Amino acid sequence: MALTNIALDLNGQAQNWLEYASELEGGQRTPDMFAFLRDAAEFRNCLLLEQPNGDYAYTIARQFYFDSWHSLLLTDLMGSTDQRISEISEKSLKEVRYHLRHSSGWVIRLGDGTEESNRRIQKAIDDLWGYTGELYTPDVVDETTCAERIGPDLSTIRSDWLTAVHEILTEATLRVPESSWMHTGGKRGIHTEALGYLLAEMQFLQRAYPQARW
Amino acid sequence: MVTCMNASLPSLEEIWVWLDSVSDPEIPVLSVVDLGIVRDVRWAEEDPDFTEQTSPRVNRTSVTDGRLRQPRTQRAQRSEPTLVVTVTPTYSGCPAMAVVKHDIQRELLQRGLSRVSLETQISPAWTTDWMTERGRKRLHEYGIAPPEPQAANPSTLIPCPRCGSSDTRLVSRFGSTPCKAFYICNSCLEPFDHFKCH
Repeated sequence: MALTNIALDLNGQAQNWLEYASELEGGQRTPDMFAFLRDAAEFRNCLLLEQPNGDYAYTIARQFYFDSWHSLLLTDLMGSTDQRISEISEKSLKEVRYHLRHSSGWVIRLGDGTEESNRRIQKAIDDLWGYTGELYTPDVVDETTCAERIGPDLSTIRSDWLTAVHEILTEATLRVPESSWMHTGGKRGIHTEALGYLLAEMQFLQRAYPQARW
Repeated sequence: MVTCMNASLPSLEEIWVWLDSVSDPEIPVLSVVDLGIVRDVRWAEEDPDFTEQTSPRVNRTSVTDGRLRQPRTQRAQRSEPTLVVTVTPTYSGCPAMAVVKHDIQRELLQRGLSRVSLETQISPAWTTDWMTERGRKRLHEYGIAPPEPQAANPSTLIPCPRCGSSDTRLVSRFGSTPCKAFYICNSCLEPFDHFKCH
């Protein structure tokens, strides 16, 4: 129930962002076209977000890494010089803070739980760690929008994120991963195979019945 | 032109009363006004280039079916200005919003208005502090613990709406709709919903 509620919030937020993207393009593509008619290589999401479910510990670890970053990102974007970005961020942040309380709570509960739950969440935290670098490593778009004060300052977000994650993992009696080697590619459209499966399911209806509406 | 028709137009106060009869589709004891999501009601300024669709997100179907694309001469002769109702979503993805907008429009059209436009505004972001006192009371009577004020201490106890006991516990931060959390009362053992402070 929690995950579907979180998904519903994120779906609404995505709709707000894609509507703005559509308007900026002059309405060439509708928000739905961004979601349902782009192929994997056209998506610019971070690789962390396409990692599959499976053991619940992975779902929670992924959500925790993302929520802690997402709340910092939106806090930063509330100060964007672009009013629409600022407004969508303000609206989203209220929801995301709640998500973060949920995922942090579960990391602590699993980490500081039984031997078995600790072992499994530690494995998930370790395995997904390599996908977190992309969240705060700026590319040319990030650098440009940051300089124009439209986009986020990822270097500040990076240090705040590390501090926040360190704090929760410590409380959860978990080891903070140390590896500095990170996967990259999502922001350039180079994805893991997991995205293909996600899109196959998400886009099925529009692919099978083009322009279907409800 | 507007002045000569004003006699037949309802007052904005009257329209707020009408809106108060539109209920939240998921929590029918609350009106959309109680919920604090109606942010503004006004008559649109007369504008020769005025288009019905001030909000690109609303009533897309009405635009495409062509009924609203009246020739300008016809528009100039219209007997009534457009009423603009501004609403704000509770949660970004709340599916009830589409129904709420539809219900508001239907209510106003049934009351005799012929031109109603709905606008969506997301900033400032909706907060449960905008819920009316009457709304909180109705929620409580309905068996849903009302939201505590934003300024309340985070450890504020949520009293059971059935027996009034403060000895309650959170079962799930997430409930049957985005706006609710799930609680249980340790005294009377009844489960209940809490309208989350947001």
